Amino acid sequence: MTARPWLRPALEAAFWAAALGAYFAFPDLLPLLSQVAIAALFVLSLDLLVGFAGVLTLGQAAFFGLGAYAAGILAQQGWGEPLSGLVLAAVLAGALGVLTAPLVLRGGDLPALMVTLGLGLMLGEAANKLPGITGGADGLLGVEVWPVLGLFRFDLYGRTAFLYSLAVLFALFLLARLVVSSPFGLALRGVRGNARRMPALGTPVRARLVAVYGMAAAYAGVAGALLAQTTQFVSLDALSFGRSAEGLLMLVLGGLGSLYGALVGAAVFTVAHHLLSELSPLFWQFWIGAALMAVALAGKGGVLGLFAAALRRAS
Amino acid sequence: MLTVLLDGLAAGMLLFVLAVGLSVTLGLMNFVNLAHGAFGMLGGYVCAAMLNRAGLPFLLCVAAAALASAAAGVVLERLLYRRLYGRDHLDQVLFSIGLVFVAGAAADWVFGARQQLIALPAWLSGRVEVGPASIGAYRLFLIAACGLIVLALHVGLVRTRFGARLRAAVDDAVVARGLGIPVPRLFALTFALGSGLAGLGGALGVEVLGLDPTFPLKYMVYFLIVVAVGGANTVLGPFLAAVLLGVVDVAGKYWVPELGAFAIYTAMVALLLLRPQGLLARAAER
Repeated sequence: MTARPWLRPALEAAFWAAALGAYFAFPDLLPLLSQVAIAALFVLSLDLLVGFAGVLTLGQAAFFGLGAYAAGILAQQGWGEPLSGLVLAAVLAGALGVLTAPLVLRGGDLPALMVTLGLGLMLGEAANKLPGITGGADGLLGVEVWPVLGLFRFDLYGRTAFLYSLAVLFALFLLARLVVSSPFGLALRGVRGNARRMPALGTPVRARLVAVYGMAAAYAGVAGALLAQTTQFVSLDALSFGRSAEGLLMLVLGGLGSLYGALVGAAVFTVAHHLLSELSPLFWQFWIGAALMAVALAGKGGVLGLFAAALRRAS
Repeated sequence: MLTVLLDGLAAGMLLFVLAVGLSVTLGLMNFVNLAHGAFGMLGGYVCAAMLNRAGLPFLLCVAAAALASAAAGVVLERLLYRRLYGRDHLDQVLFSIGLVFVAGAAADWVFGARQQLIALPAWLSGRVEVGPASIGAYRLFLIAACGLIVLALHVGLVRTRFGARLRAAVDDAVVARGLGIPVPRLFALTFALGSGLAGLGGALGVEVLGLDPTFPLKYMVYFLIVVAVGGANTVLGPFLAAVLLGVVDVAGKYWVPELGAFAIYTAMVALLLLRPQGLLARAAER
């Protein structure tokens, strides 16, 4: 890594230039590209939690869905300003995260898995049974979002939607990068490595985990809010177990514990989904399952891991 | 009131038969197997196909379903599951979710997405008066059959050499291995037994729990509750948990249908928080 110090910044710049370039290269696919950006933000939230802090979850969609419904209902009730919708979603999802964190972090992977699974299903069922608030199985209709910053109106081709999603993703990505390289981020990696030794270094393990759980929840909430605002619709699918599972797959596909891995995994997965599910939804479900099994059997590292290995070999 | 109780008892006993294998996988092998329901689904489809397409006797179909699931369990355990023992829980979760997706897609492709219906033989249809309550003959048959299985499992675990070895391996796999107990083979056998029982439960449950390609996902939570609440080292713990769950579930659907599955999810989270001992405490220690 140290042999060529210019390589990493150059690759990073190239990555974001490519993301922005996609706007000009694929003007017909902008709605799909917005989906990629939103999925990337969701996977980023999972990466903070699973990849860096080592907390397992099967219910991250709960926060995604909460953010989506919060932003959607706010806009439906007549306040369509998008940025305040994002803030509301982040605050609500983050608060739910901090509130439920003590329940999830009771020690051990199994309790965490089961409690997050249970909470996610609870929220999904609650949304299903409260059609007065969420629209139930019909989805939340009548979401009207105002122009971003009062200037950029959401258009039919998804131009604003894509640039808006990409900008939010970029800003939150920079924040996440700052966080994971801070002492806080290092403490998280330490906790993942050995949670019993970290108190000896003076790290309050529990407080750190609660904080990152809340932060990941807020990120997922913002991703949900972006989906609600750019598609002007929220369905029960936002809270589904499938979304949590797919998020994990994207994360592992890209590479656990690497921020760019989260982005790459989301992009590969979403584009593959688009291409394959056009053939047949069943086909897609089968191959996604097979991919999950293969990735699990092969171990972690993902696409980015392969790329890094190739790079190491080259240099 | 009594009818609801008996229906709940039947559903709970079915859940126990379906889930008991998972309590071994999770408790003994410390393997997060979210795909346990897939074996139940396989059993259900085998039974439904044999019954509806070939017209074979019901009990024969049920037995074949159990055998098919056990065989699938052995094959998958030897080929795939074995490689993931002792790996990260995340890998196990991903693998088993993947297996659920694949199984669901395969079932959908072969049998279609609709609910499978089976025609019960004449001696199992109709209703029977039990004291003041009336209960379906099939429910009564379920209670009797599952009761026998529970008894057999209990005796098997407490009285036989196999049971003693299994209990030793649950308590401390390392020491058990030191005593010359072939723990890996025990794992494989038990995995097959558990899958077979799941297939049996799935076959028996087509009439009560329903059967469609979403079966493994729909009942995954129920199985997890049974295991989480019941613990791993006894037959009685998961049994009581399953019966309690069955009664609460049926009563909830009967009296407060607007709550739907919400009640059961809430109960799951609450029970996990109130009673994290049993299996969970054991798994967390390692």
